[in-house]
Amino acid sequence: MHPAYSVILFTTASGAGYGLLFWMALAETFGVLPGGRALSLAALTFSLALITLGLLASTLHLGRPERAIGALSQWRTSWLSREGVAAVATYVPAGLLGLSWLIYLHNDLFHLVAALAAAGAAITVYCTGMIYGSLRTIRQWNTPLVPLFYLAAAASTGALLFGLIYSLFGYSTPLLEFLLLCLVAVSGAVKLTYWRQCDADKGQYTAEMATGLGAWGKVRPLDPPHTMPNFVMREMGYQVGRKHAQKLRRLVVLFLFAGPMLALALSALTGAGVFFWYLLAFLMTVVGIVTERWLFFAEAEHVSMLYYGAERA
Amino acid sequence: MNKKPEIELNTPAGDEVKQTTCYMCACRCGINVHIKDGKVRYIDGNRNHPVNKGVLCGKGSAGIMQHYSPARLRAPMKRVGPRGSGEFEEISWDEALDIATGWLSKPRNTDPHKLAFFTGRDQSQSLTGFWAMQYGTPNFAAHGGFCSVNMAAGGLYTFGGAFWEFGDPDWEHTKYFMLFGVAEDHASNPIKIGIGKLKKRGAKVVSVNPVRTGYNAIADEWVGIRPGTDGLFVGALIHELFRNQTVDLDYLVRYTNAPWLVIQDKGAADDGLFARGENGNPLVWDSNTGDFGDGTSADISPSLTGSRKLADGRTARPVFELMAERYLGDEYSPEAVAEQTGLKAEDIRSIAAELADVAFKQEVVIDQPWTDWAGRKHDKMIGRPISMHAMRGISAHSNGFQTCRMIHILQILLGSIDCPGGFRYKPPYPKQAPPWLRPHGKEDQVKANVPLGGPHLGFPLGPEHLLIDEECASRIDKGFTWDAPMSAHGLMHMVINNAATKDPYGIEVLFMYMANMAWNSSMNVKGTIDHLTAKDENGNYMIPKIIYSDAYYSEMVPYADLILPDTTYLERFDCISLLDRPISEADMAADSIRYPVVEPDRDVRGFQEVLIDLGARLGLPAFTNKDGSPKYPGGYSDYMVNHERAPGIGPLAGWRGKDGEKSVRGEVNPNQIEKYIENGSFFAHHLKPEQAYFKHANQSYLDWAADMGFREDKKPTIFQLYCEPVQAFRLAAQGHGDRQPPETHRARIEKYFDPLPMWYPPFEEDMIDQAKYPLHAITQRPMHMYHSWGSQNAWLRQITAANRLYVHTSVAAGINAKDDDWVWLTSHQGRVKCQIKVMEGVNPHTVWTWNAIGKRKGAWGLDDDAPETNQGFLLNHLISELLPEGGGGYRYSNSDPITGQAAWYDLRVSIEKAEDTGATEPMFEPLKHGSQPASPTKLAYGKEFKRGKK
Amino acid sequence: MTTLPQTTEKKLGLVIDLDICVGCQACATSCKEWNTGGYSAPLSDHDPYGGDPSGAWLNRIHSYELGEGAAGRTVHFPRSCLHCEEPACVTVCPTGASYKREEDGIVLVNPDTCIGCKLCSWACPYGAREYDYDDGVMKKCTLCVDRIYNETLEEEDRVPACVRACPTGARAFGDLGDPDSEVSKNVAAREGFNLLEEFGYKPTNKYLPPRMKTSAHVSPEPARKSAPVSAGNGSMVEKLFAWADQKLSR
Ligand SMILES: Nc1nc2c(c(=O)[nH]1)N[C@H]1C(S)=C(S)[C@@H](COP(=O)(O)OP(=O)(O)OC[C@H]3O[C@@H](n4cnc5c(=O)[nH]c(N)nc54)[C@H](O)[C@@H]3O)O[C@H]1N2
Ligand SMILES: Nc1nc2c(c(=O)[nH]1)N[C@H]1C(S)=C(S)[C@@H](COP(=O)(O)OP(=O)(O)OC[C@H]3O[C@@H](n4cnc5c(=O)[nH]c(N)nc54)[C@H](O)[C@@H]3O)O[C@H]1N2
Ligand code: SF4
Ligand code: SF4
Ligand code: SF4
Ligand code: SF4
Ligand code: SF4
Ligand SMILES: [Mo]
Repeated sequence: MHPAYSVILFTTASGAGYGLLFWMALAETFGVLPGGRALSLAALTFSLALITLGLLASTLHLGRPERAIGALSQWRTSWLSREGVAAVATYVPAGLLGLSWLIYLHNDLFHLVAALAAAGAAITVYCTGMIYGSLRTIRQWNTPLVPLFYLAAAASTGALLFGLIYSLFGYSTPLLEFLLLCLVAVSGAVKLTYWRQCDADKGQYTAEMATGLGAWGKVRPLDPPHTMPNFVMREMGYQVGRKHAQKLRRLVVLFLFAGPMLALALSALTGAGVFFWYLLAFLMTVVGIVTERWLFFAEAEHVSMLYYGAERA
Repeated sequence: MNKKPEIELNTPAGDEVKQTTCYMCACRCGINVHIKDGKVRYIDGNRNHPVNKGVLCGKGSAGIMQHYSPARLRAPMKRVGPRGSGEFEEISWDEALDIATGWLSKPRNTDPHKLAFFTGRDQSQSLTGFWAMQYGTPNFAAHGGFCSVNMAAGGLYTFGGAFWEFGDPDWEHTKYFMLFGVAEDHASNPIKIGIGKLKKRGAKVVSVNPVRTGYNAIADEWVGIRPGTDGLFVGALIHELFRNQTVDLDYLVRYTNAPWLVIQDKGAADDGLFARGENGNPLVWDSNTGDFGDGTSADISPSLTGSRKLADGRTARPVFELMAERYLGDEYSPEAVAEQTGLKAEDIRSIAAELADVAFKQEVVIDQPWTDWAGRKHDKMIGRPISMHAMRGISAHSNGFQTCRMIHILQILLGSIDCPGGFRYKPPYPKQAPPWLRPHGKEDQVKANVPLGGPHLGFPLGPEHLLIDEECASRIDKGFTWDAPMSAHGLMHMVINNAATKDPYGIEVLFMYMANMAWNSSMNVKGTIDHLTAKDENGNYMIPKIIYSDAYYSEMVPYADLILPDTTYLERFDCISLLDRPISEADMAADSIRYPVVEPDRDVRGFQEVLIDLGARLGLPAFTNKDGSPKYPGGYSDYMVNHERAPGIGPLAGWRGKDGEKSVRGEVNPNQIEKYIENGSFFAHHLKPEQAYFKHANQSYLDWAADMGFREDKKPTIFQLYCEPVQAFRLAAQGHGDRQPPETHRARIEKYFDPLPMWYPPFEEDMIDQAKYPLHAITQRPMHMYHSWGSQNAWLRQITAANRLYVHTSVAAGINAKDDDWVWLTSHQGRVKCQIKVMEGVNPHTVWTWNAIGKRKGAWGLDDDAPETNQGFLLNHLISELLPEGGGGYRYSNSDPITGQAAWYDLRVSIEKAEDTGATEPMFEPLKHGSQPASPTKLAYGKEFKRGKK
Repeated sequence: MTTLPQTTEKKLGLVIDLDICVGCQACATSCKEWNTGGYSAPLSDHDPYGGDPSGAWLNRIHSYELGEGAAGRTVHFPRSCLHCEEPACVTVCPTGASYKREEDGIVLVNPDTCIGCKLCSWACPYGAREYDYDDGVMKKCTLCVDRIYNETLEEEDRVPACVRACPTGARAFGDLGDPDSEVSKNVAAREGFNLLEEFGYKPTNKYLPPRMKTSAHVSPEPARKSAPVSAGNGSMVEKLFAWADQKLSR
């Protein structure tokens, strides 16, 4: 699948934003959010900015962004619509949460609002994952590991952001770093499992099935419909070389998982220069997550390519 | 949930529909042009039209993009830079016509030889040829000489018809259809409609073709023959028919010259000619009387066998015996031909057996009484349901004439010409075999200011009809000379070469119409370009003036000095006449017109209008009144209605007579064009049921055809299995008669002018080192492109913007190459670099590509980075217009020795892997393109038609 | 809207005969020509005269080679939207622009509400959706909905443009939900099949397979070993002449 930069930016930025929102709201729900109102407000604003940036980026992907509002209508069947609804809905408790901080409203009701915000964030990210996870046409996506990883990645990138911000203001504990490390490890494990599963699955559909012409023997394309690539080939037929993909996967392992984990471990162990370690981990994560997302698209193979020369999909 | 959207289901296709004739190829289908807001909204097929019956092909359906192509010429142009530069200045029509008249009048007033007027893909030869006759030059022909004259001549000399547009399989009744060397052909839609019918009916389709694509892909049996060897294959089929005694003897006796007696007197001046009686008619042996009889008489029982002693004591033998001996010879046994054709002997046997089975056990009987030419009544029409069709896979070889004749012999032996289920003539065919026309243009017929006494092209019966004077060719293309004695369509492919080398002589003006001679219609493109730009020692062009009419900015435009821009097919009058290449079908005589359905938005004029205007300016008698005023002031439509070639016979056959009540023959009807337009721009005269078959011998048909001027007389067409004119040329080569070929030509003529078809290896492979050039290289027409002119079409070029060289899996393996790898393809003429595509369905000794996809940078309104110019390639760079030097140092044209047909598919090549430099070679300098506007970078055609969104 | 109808009154669709299709592209260009000025107007083209020409087409023709050597086969293979009975291209659509009509089963995109998110194209296993970069909305085969009911057209012209144009008659249009329709009967007789049946979208359009080598009507006797007549025992030539004499003197 064609890795569109708008979609990569959308999923990574909003993922991190929702992750941050989730952890803050969760902490608030249980009343353990450190720092003062100002910091909470700033962090919340930052998360909402990331989310909004991501959502805006996603509209760049649209042919008719001015009609985007229509995308909220089909939540009964469409994960994209659900994602939109969830995203919009999440602004409400998130906004109220901010409001509560702004005007010193602090009561139990707002623990509930915070809980709703956390739930909204998680649901939104799950929906995003399911946009891809529900597509049977792409075997690399059509697995529960996809929404799971979207959740894990949002959780870990959001948590890292949380750690980064709060450490800047001196709020950090080795426990948090340790928990974070675990989170990154979990998402790393999910990704590795995902890759293993993808590599093992050679695809259940063949060119012979696609054309229905297997009775005659192997089906090979002679002439494509058009000499130059058309929309379907550009969008669905994007291919990344195996070697290149392997290299990028190693980069992901290094920057998205191993590197940050090491930084967090060092931070927890040394207890010094915490912000620096967080920053390092975060910068690595940025490179890692963008690469991961690019690969997520680039490595995905679409069934329709069976008509354009793919032997299996 | 949102509401179900309201959608508009009843939007009319357009504001009005105008019915005219398609011209995105030469098939000439009827079209409905739907016009909306003055623009073309949609084009579909005219259901009532005899040619396409409502369907449309891939090109015709892309007509909008052809009509609005950015490569359309905009105004007349005068060359201002050197030839080939593409530097032009737009001028007015007045100036253009003044210049043309000035250039053209001098040769006419001094020596009409100095004008060469050649037309390419033209469909108005009845006008262009007539104009050239009026002008008085012997130098006229259309593109038939490099296209398919082998098919036309092969058929016309044999049975007065031809595969080439002059006939069709009986799609309704055929049970077994053999298709030789066809990818698309002129009858584009009719063949598709026909094959579709056969497949639905479960008739068997056998394709003989080195490549398995298109029609050949859906054949029930694919015979993947090695190019140039069809004569061996067909010879072996005939061998089998004779061996198994499965030939239609009654048919042979009734309709052919099989019983005619051939003089057997080696060394005599009439050896191999027919023994003739006192009245000049050929003799046969009448087994009723036990004596000689008149071979054209109906009242005898001719014998097919038996050597006879003539009155003068010499022997004569019937054609049948000579034929049987030839084809029963060992060299035509299936085993003997297997290796060279690449086919299995058992497959050849089984096809022969199938042919016999279908022909003789599965007759088609139509309950329709008819009367033959001799007055004998038949209560049914009985047919042998075998049909065949062949085209350029046969014709584009230097053995094409003989191979084509051999296929006709196969048809005739099976009794399947113009019978139910067989091959059917389309009126005005059948003609006599050969047609009565002889070529005009001998020295004494060409005089200043005097029209030529008759048509340029015809069918010589022997050396006496050649257009030579003291061995010097009268025609610039050396048509009807010893180089190509029976060149019934001329040799357009030699004109530029000959004119530039002043061989046989130099000319003053080259006038061309609709032929992309500087690119895809030339062999050896570079050589042709050099000829077009060659200068003499004084720095003057060897071809001093070139006038050219094109509608688009093709590769040829920059090589002309004066450009006469034509309209598109939707903007002009045209006439598809029974005097030329009509649109008849087997049971109707039909013709059609084109009329302007949209107004030109540029300063362009229909070429025919311009030609008539020039005719008047030059004072050509048929285009001028006595007082010197133009005879057809109304232009081409005026001419179409008012011109009469013979009393009552004009360009259009429909609605003649004062009130439009007469067909084919009748007085001029001033409202004729309106009648055509009312009827969908065509006219069809339907034959009566009793005229439907056996037209060559059908009294009712023959009477009608003679009355209509289609035939000289009411006598039947007798199929010429044995072709006497060919023997007449051979006798001259053997030293007989007062007109003999020069020494250099003798051996060749003696060898190839065999009155009974035989196979010989194509010249190129015979003359080059086959080990060095082991592969055949051929082209095929893509169904969705018409030669060069499809690539300017924004839709069609998306389908094919570049071509690959298709090679067999084993060839690719041999050079260790895979799909898209670059290779060098080398012939004795040059080399071309291109990319390959590996396939299974191709003869292993053959490589091929789609024709005319490669384009030169700067032409056709395409950007310089167009795939057509960077990956697209032509095989033409590899094809030489001349054969390698043979014995005696003479280089013959790369053509059939009999007809002069260009031998495009004789090409032999070698292949090797090449470095990937991302671009094809040879690469020519980009052409400048005068003041043509830049092409758009985006198209949203139809946006303006959207409801409420004007 | 994006909920699929439980059933549709009709199942209008195309039947494509792969035994007859010669790959002429008529259905592709006539589709483009009709639709660029019709319901889907326009079908835009990018770089139409340049190095990378492409555009929105609702019907495309592939060609494939099957099997090996002379026993193999070349097949031309037109492909457009199959108007599936249970396609996710409809259910994934966030706006409802993509829908399946209850009355005839046609799957359409509403060009006035589509936001061009392309998700439906990802959900179609057949690559049958065509994004129009210029127009910013998704396009697809409409089954020529603006022709088949169009009362301004002659009745016999109320068929899709591609069917109307196809010169070989390889395309047919009709109600595949009605077992007595021409198309359904032909599908049954010729063992018409679904593309990628295994995927489960239940396409309405059907394909008729290329026939295995047929020799319908033709059952040649084995080639005769010897002449059927008694006379002339010499060479093949003599035998033939003897046969001809005997035959003609009868
Ligand atoms: N390698 C190879 N070469 C071949 C062949 C092959 O099989 N293989 N085939 C040969 C054969 S059979 C033929 S017939 C030739 C054909 O070759 P050409 O006769 O050159 O045919 P085209 O290239 O189609 O078009 C000729 C010119 O007509 C112009 N034209 C188009 N429409 C109009 C119009 O309405 N008015 C005017 N005035 N001009 C118009 C086009 O712009 C173009 O410049 O190619 C030959 N060349
Ligand atoms: N779409 C489209 N239609 C056209 C044209 C066009 O350019 N495009 N051009 C028109 C013109 S000018 C012409 S002349 C006609 C020509 O129409 P066709 O005769 O169909 O011409 P080609 O495409 O040259 O096809 C020649 C076929 O012969 C095969 N072949 C080559 N050598 C041999 C051989 O030795 N033996 C056998 N058995 N087969 C062989 C090739 O594989 C190819 O399939 O088409 C006309 N119609
Ligand atoms: S075959 Fe096609 S291009 Fe040729 S005249 Fe007919 S519709 Fe036009
Ligand atoms: S073919 Fe594709 S676009 Fe058409 S209905 Fe089926 S899934 Fe949808
Ligand atoms: S591109 Fe249009 S039709 Fe397709 S899913 Fe998005 S909104 Fe729906
Ligand atoms: S039915 Fe109409 S829209 Fe669909 S492929 Fe055919 S012509 Fe195109
Ligand atoms: S128009 Fe008919 S024959 Fe031509 S490609 Fe389409 S389906 Fe095949
Ligand atoms: Mo031709």
